[in-house]
Amino acid sequence: MASRDDIKFLSNPKIGSKRNKYCRFRKFGIKYIDYKDTAFLEQFVNDQGKILPRRITGNSLKYQRRVSTAIKRARHLALLPYVTDLLK
Amino acid sequence: MRNYEVTFIVDPTLSNDEIKSTAKTYVDQISAGAKIVHNNEIGLRQLAYGIKNRNTGIYTCVEFEVANGAIIDELELAMRRDERILRFLSVKLDKYGVKYNDDKRAGKIGTIVRKKKPVEEDRGRDKRRNNKRRPSNNKGGAKPQAKPAAEKTAGN
Repeated sequence: MASRDDIKFLSNPKIGSKRNKYCRFRKFGIKYIDYKDTAFLEQFVNDQGKILPRRITGNSLKYQRRVSTAIKRARHLALLPYVTDLLK
Repeated sequence: MRNYEVTFIVDPTLSNDEIKSTAKTYVDQISAGAKIVHNNEIGLRQLAYGIKNRNTGIYTCVEFEVANGAIIDELELAMRRDERILRFLSVKLDKYGVKYNDDKRAGKIGTIVRKKKPVEEDRGRDKRRNNKRRPSNNKGGAKPQAKPAAEKTAGN
């Protein structure tokens, strides 16, 4: 019987295992999302300026909604663009 | 006691005195009826998109505390009528917002530091005939660094 070390795989046996997604606001206890903090909000926006969906960012519904309103306020105040290219 | 935060953008093409007096009139209007917690003059900032053919604006953010919200209506009406104000936004702050602002002023909240990726040069082969390959412009062998925000995935 070959020992564990001798078995070689064609591809990494670890792929396909679930990546642990979590809501960073729940985890770190962040309760307020500042609309003036563009550096923070840019994490939730893609390079066209569109808001990223919850399944990508991992946010819970409550905080995704808050992030959305913060981004929309920032857009109103011209801190973030509505539509663009090469934001990042 | 309710906490509000009003951010407004003053037209940058006015003279310095006019800008200051515009901002001052609204700050005074607020302080006449409410207690100002903090007046943050962010100053000149690039706009993400053009407003009235201007690309920059003077941002001011005032946080204040008041018993009832009637002052907001008057303030917004005055700002709407004033042509020197490009945009404004008034927000009611909940207790977490108040705490966040206090912590921010106390320096307890850090800012995100983004390392800029140095632009990788395309040193592909020149497929045109009789063309010598240009010498490469490698500046001291700097390698591109990974961005610190590892949670970011391609959301395009």
